[in-house]
Amino acid sequence: MVSLVSRLKPLIAAACLALLAIPAAASAQSQKVLKFIPQADLRILDPISTTAYITRNHGYMVYDTLFAMDEKFQVRPQMVDKHEISKDQLTYTFTLRDGLKFHDGQPVRSADCIASIERWAKRDALGQKLAESTDAWTAVNDKTFRLKLKKPFPLTLEGLAKPSSNVPFIMPERIAKTDAFKNIEDPVGSGPFKFVKAEWVPGNKVVYVKNTDYVPRKEPPSWASGGKVVKVDRVEWIYIPDSATAAAAINAGEADWWEQMPPDLIPLLAKNKQVTVKNIDPLGSMGLLRFNFLHPPFNNPKMRQALLYALNQQDYVIGIAGDPKNGHPCYSYFTCGTPLSNEISADPLKGKRDMEKAKQLIKESGYKGERIVIIDATDQPIVHSQSLLTLEMLKKLGLNAEVQAGDWGTLITRRAVKETPDKGGWNIFHTWLVGPDMVNPAVNFPIRGTGDKAWFGWPTDNRLEELREAWFNSTDVNSSKKAASAVQQRAFEFVPFIPTGQFILPTAYRSNISGVIIAPMSLLWNVEKK
Amino acid sequence: MLAYIIRRLFSTLVVMTVVAFVVFSLLYLTPGDPAAVIAGDAATTDDIARIRANLGLDEPFLVRFGTWAWGLLHGDLGTSIFTKLAVTHLIAQRVEPTVALTLCTLLVAVAVAVPLGVIAAAKAGTWIDRGVMAFSVLGFSVPVFVLAYILILTFSIELDWLPVQGYHNLSDGVWEWLRHLILPSLALGTVYMALIARITRATMLDVLSQDYVRTAQAKGLAPSSVLIGHALKNAAVPIMTIVGIGIALLISGAIVTETVFAIPGIGRLTVDAILRRDYPIIQGVILIFSAAYVLVNLAVDLSYMFFDPRIRY
Repeated sequence: MVSLVSRLKPLIAAACLALLAIPAAASAQSQKVLKFIPQADLRILDPISTTAYITRNHGYMVYDTLFAMDEKFQVRPQMVDKHEISKDQLTYTFTLRDGLKFHDGQPVRSADCIASIERWAKRDALGQKLAESTDAWTAVNDKTFRLKLKKPFPLTLEGLAKPSSNVPFIMPERIAKTDAFKNIEDPVGSGPFKFVKAEWVPGNKVVYVKNTDYVPRKEPPSWASGGKVVKVDRVEWIYIPDSATAAAAINAGEADWWEQMPPDLIPLLAKNKQVTVKNIDPLGSMGLLRFNFLHPPFNNPKMRQALLYALNQQDYVIGIAGDPKNGHPCYSYFTCGTPLSNEISADPLKGKRDMEKAKQLIKESGYKGERIVIIDATDQPIVHSQSLLTLEMLKKLGLNAEVQAGDWGTLITRRAVKETPDKGGWNIFHTWLVGPDMVNPAVNFPIRGTGDKAWFGWPTDNRLEELREAWFNSTDVNSSKKAASAVQQRAFEFVPFIPTGQFILPTAYRSNISGVIIAPMSLLWNVEKK
Repeated sequence: MLAYIIRRLFSTLVVMTVVAFVVFSLLYLTPGDPAAVIAGDAATTDDIARIRANLGLDEPFLVRFGTWAWGLLHGDLGTSIFTKLAVTHLIAQRVEPTVALTLCTLLVAVAVAVPLGVIAAAKAGTWIDRGVMAFSVLGFSVPVFVLAYILILTFSIELDWLPVQGYHNLSDGVWEWLRHLILPSLALGTVYMALIARITRATMLDVLSQDYVRTAQAKGLAPSSVLIGHALKNAAVPIMTIVGIGIALLISGAIVTETVFAIPGIGRLTVDAILRRDYPIIQGVILIFSAAYVLVNLAVDLSYMFFDPRIRY
């Protein structure tokens, strides 16, 4: 028996070793791995063909930009070393920094930058505006290229430094030549991280490794500008769909950083001294109520104005963010806390709610009791809470309203339907936009009044468009503010949508994490893990 | 028997063809547009229309079905509309976690439930029997996600014994693999334990009242020998049937468990694809599911011959 045991000893030892072995992880032990729980699952790798914020954040990992905006809303060069603007404001000459290389080892050339900007300009609203003024982009040599304008476009550099979707990321020319309406499949950039496609498990994990060839700028980081110094070897985005599990993973130390947490879980994590719960997004997000202008009753401005008097932003902020500390009313069509935000003409939306005035406007509109359909997405808490509050408000006003609930996939399909509500159309839907997407009339797409070409709801208002155009022509800060105020004044008359408040979904990270950048998007450079 | 197996395998092909056509038709009629999801919140109606055209989603039904069916005949399940990865690759990534979770759950469920059911039958009417039945009722009644949170809170947060979430491949080491499966298997297995324990008890009670059992007892055989050697073997066919149904249900029914424990399995792949209207993935996964259902049923039918020699095909 003893001899049998002694004979089996090596086998038992081997079995024990196999049981305890973690071979694949062994090499990763010495590496610094940042485990990050993102706000959503990364499905699309192309930051130009979609405006999804998760893809924008992926873009910041993999790509770099010619310019970037800092925390003071100033445009700073990023890939560009120096640039010159001709006296007539018609010619911009850009020279790239030394040492810029794509992840495939190829140098970044002028041709790459031109192809990337041209592709971006086919999809982005500000890019399209720049393209309208563009005469030609030409490569002077591999490091220098030139933009010739047909007429001055004061927002040229702001466009190239646009911080949120769509961000003008620079890709290799061979990839940037892809149709702007087709997704690219090869995420090769020149940014501070490299995407590891072999380890990508959609719905579960995205892996990035440090780009050791990246040459960061010398300036300190400020939003997406400045030095992008990577202080970890590897970043793993672990998508955890269930928020209670994500909270447990942070509490247990299985993840280092949770990008965006629902407000109801804040008390749970705040109790853990190893976890910091913080608002790191200076601009937050803006909720909005969108009307359908094609059908009664909201094709009548008096009906839209009536809701301005009834809607209580404080209710919406609490409905979305849970705690007044995580949001506040914002009586502006431009993100509060940014240079163009103001409260001009905002009186109907501010102060004590005036239900009687709202009812009077409804009466004047000639409302005939038409059914009002609010399309809702119950899988999106921010949309769902707003929809329920709006239903309650409309019922208090004596309107014949109902919520038709579905999922987000159904809502975004249905809102494109132009038919009447009884034939699959709609009257109201809710969504939200991040702060940078509403900072000025150029990027604030729901404010547009271009009819069929406008965002869902399809409002037509030539006056609003004229005022927007006038804003583009403003040449200094004061005239820009004045022109934006005029846009807002008209918006409160026409009511293309109603802002429902500004809110911030806080982030949570473990105490061994430092260097988190305060910015309106999650940026993972400069982050250190001890 | 060989002819029977060939007939059943042939019927699998027929089932899959019908499933393929029905699923494709249902998806065609379901509201939702992947082009709208791809375009994002800021897109206009024109943007969505151009993306639809690029994806070929504006083609007539028969053209789209024909293209897909032709690919299928060549072993190509298509490409995800969103990730641009092959559906076969995406399914292959997810098979191991789902199969591992299913097997571990069944192992736990059968290993606990069959002895419990046998003991409850043997001790019918006693507090042991009532205790087992109370456990069964509880197992049925507590939703999987509630049990999952209780297990996470106890074993991961308070005791710090097991991980909260995630999955590690077997190639990462047996222990690493196993420790990520213990809590999900317990959470998911409890309802199956309850089901199998109840069926085992009921079947055993029926068998224990048979004459041949009384004869075996009269012969002076040990109680354990009567229970396991005579009664349980004869009660095995209904138990196997329920285990077979369990396997089939588990393949698709692990969605909640996979979501709570963030396990990248087939269930979550399906739900994510449905939410985004990623048609090629939905079609591919349902085809695989239907094949798995038919094959599991075939395996269960064949296993009857092992437990009951009277059964022959």
